[in-house]
Amino acid sequence: MSSDSGKPTTDSKPDSKPDSKPDSKPDSKPDSKPESKPESKPETKPETKPETKPETKPETKPVVKKPEEKSVELPEFEKGISDKIVEKFGDKVEVAFVKKDRVGINVSRENIHNVAKFIRDGLNYDHVESVSGVDYPQNQEIAVVYHIGSYSDPSLARQILVLSTTAQREENPIPGNDATRLPTLRDVFYSVEFHEREIFEMFGVYFEGHPDNRRLLLPEDWADLPPLRKDFAIKGR
Amino acid sequence: MLKDLMTPENANVFVGKLGDILEKAIGKPLGYAINWGRIWSLWPVHIETACCSVEFGAASSPRYDVERFGIIEAFGSLRQCDLVVVQGTITRKMAPRLRLVYDQMPEPKYVIAMGACAITGGLYFDSYNVLPGIDGILPVDVYVPGCPPRPETLIQGCILLQEKIKRMKARTIV
Amino acid sequence: MTTELPQNIKSGSSETQIDKSTSSWLPPGLALQKVDERIMTLNVGPQHPGSGHMRLIVQIDGDYIVACDPDPGYVHRGEEKMAEYRNYITNIPHLERPVIHDSCNILYPYVLGVEELLGIEVPERAKYLRVIGAEINRCIYIMYWLAIYGIFLGHSTMFMWPTGDRELLIDLMEKMTGARVTHSHFVPGGVRNDLPANFEDVCLRQVNYFEKRIKEYAAVFYDNPILISRTKDTGVLSRQDAIRLGTTGSVLRASGVDFDVRKKEPYDVYDELDFESIVMKEGDSYARSKVPWLDMMESCRIIRQALEKIPKSGSVRVKLKPNPKGKGFDTVYKRVESGRGSLGCYIVSDAKPEPYRLKLSVPSFRNLIALPYLLKGEKLGNMPSVYWSLNYWPVEADR
Repeated sequence: MSSDSGKPTTDSKPDSKPDSKPDSKPDSKPDSKPESKPESKPETKPETKPETKPETKPETKPVVKKPEEKSVELPEFEKGISDKIVEKFGDKVEVAFVKKDRVGINVSRENIHNVAKFIRDGLNYDHVESVSGVDYPQNQEIAVVYHIGSYSDPSLARQILVLSTTAQREENPIPGNDATRLPTLRDVFYSVEFHEREIFEMFGVYFEGHPDNRRLLLPEDWADLPPLRKDFAIKGR
Repeated sequence: MLKDLMTPENANVFVGKLGDILEKAIGKPLGYAINWGRIWSLWPVHIETACCSVEFGAASSPRYDVERFGIIEAFGSLRQCDLVVVQGTITRKMAPRLRLVYDQMPEPKYVIAMGACAITGGLYFDSYNVLPGIDGILPVDVYVPGCPPRPETLIQGCILLQEKIKRMKARTIV
Repeated sequence: MTTELPQNIKSGSSETQIDKSTSSWLPPGLALQKVDERIMTLNVGPQHPGSGHMRLIVQIDGDYIVACDPDPGYVHRGEEKMAEYRNYITNIPHLERPVIHDSCNILYPYVLGVEELLGIEVPERAKYLRVIGAEINRCIYIMYWLAIYGIFLGHSTMFMWPTGDRELLIDLMEKMTGARVTHSHFVPGGVRNDLPANFEDVCLRQVNYFEKRIKEYAAVFYDNPILISRTKDTGVLSRQDAIRLGTTGSVLRASGVDFDVRKKEPYDVYDELDFESIVMKEGDSYARSKVPWLDMMESCRIIRQALEKIPKSGSVRVKLKPNPKGKGFDTVYKRVESGRGSLGCYIVSDAKPEPYRLKLSVPSFRNLIALPYLLKGEKLGNMPSVYWSLNYWPVEADR
């Protein structure tokens, strides 16, 4: 998938870069991103042909067109994992990317609890490494990304499943009392407890079912916008 | 004869001269002794605020031994300490606690601002949670710049503080 | 305390029942709490020889701890927000400040991630130099951690010996990079500069002496009956719980789970070097304090092998254009084994010189969840030994 040769976009990304050019060579991988990620905003059509990119921008459905281009080289084992999830849940999930050691799945907030339970029981993942929130004001949503790993299964030692879901974003947030809500995964993976508290205070996303949505890192008298949102500006910039 | 010598006009001058003699004979050496005691036993409060605490710990290590100057840092109670070394960034959450600690210490007390973050906010000057320097909440005696300052720089800061104390009046505090 | 929802989510104060008579003049967070007949609330606060840069709100019944509520955030400087305003190269001094003495390891996943985003291949000599820098930093961190453990337990020799011996390795880092701590040595594309002239001899001599020295610690610390009686069988974390809570690093390996990122997902040249990952079965504080010490000896082996195998000449850095930026929207997640555990960095970039979102998944924050879990039912006197044995560095957990 060397980027200079202008080959059609693929999703696979072997770790050893074939190009040893010193400068920042564009990767053709990013173009397979935009269909699932709301990042259609940074419109980049570097070298890959506009076969499906432009019209697939707005919806998530277009991902079904992707498979014919990304037939080139997908890592076997990771493809197996993503196939298992897709065959159980059909089109409630959407495969964002399949890279070496990383499989990316997008789910909507209604189904995330069931998908997480299947990941834990059916696929033997057992803990969450990190939970991060990403704010996309252009799409009016806040994405929450779970990185799930496995300690007990030796074949999954290198794999990390990147499970991502989105919550609706409001212009004037009242954290805890507005529509930015997500179901918690604490009863499925206990290790998300403090991570979800941190996302609550940094982004304003309320987790329903979490017994303790309190402030963790910010001072007790913080009364401003949640700081990691994009419209919270640092002073002087 | 003394009664004849002590007229009302002379009394003021006599008392003034007596005061001078007492000051030179007892006051100055006493002040010097009190300051000497304060200089060689500056005990810092055990409050670690941010990353400069690593270099403060290294300054107490056997190589840079700040203990030979009397600065021993291992005390639980801050009622016996007289030095606050503000080690690094002060966030908005930590600031009221720092002020409370400073208020609870008995007089005389001194403050050393260690690191660029304690002086002006340093590398984090534009962060949403960081105070731009501690001048606003504590009266600072010595500023020790660096990010983080080497242990030798911290020791030089302590020596500067000692020089400053030597020049202070010993009995300003009751 | 973690099972009740406070009435007022917005103000989010840590105490659930505020004493109204004092809350008007004390700032929130310092207001007093109503007193129960049996349970007493203790603030083991930021000014305490046994607490580090954090507060623990501990509720005790006589001598036994009933509940513990950690209150981090005293050093929260907003690293992740500020990373969005600085470009990839200017972020380097920022991201190494959470752990200033282990700075190579905390920059490692960031640098690997940026290299993957930009598509750069690093020269071989640079990879070996990075491994050497990372291993020396690991030893420096673990020695300081042992020293503070000594302060917590009241063992002042355990403070003096490690801080004295780590100065040897800090000298090596100073020769290599120019700074004692906060080296800023790793950059996307390699390392900043090459080794000085006779570095290899000096390094071998000092590492050999260091290894001999830390073997002497067994007599004074690890076979010391006082230390054993204070730490054995306290804070026992079973294997199932260690996995379920998502702990990492030496906490995980002391409970019997063999997971070391250097072995499972090797990065740079770790797959060509021969070392073991240390695993112990008991899961108590004694095992958690012993695993890092044995890790240091493995690090010395790694440094010696790397110095033999390093290519004798070659470039150490791939020059980048100013303001490097990727093309298009991309995400990357890389992880690395630091002195405390597996440290991950999640970068979301969108073709600008600044990252769109940068998240550091630090091992201290992940291990924090074990603290309220382990302290339930412990005696109050065991609190410092359990708390610090979780290999917790508060400045990193707050970022």
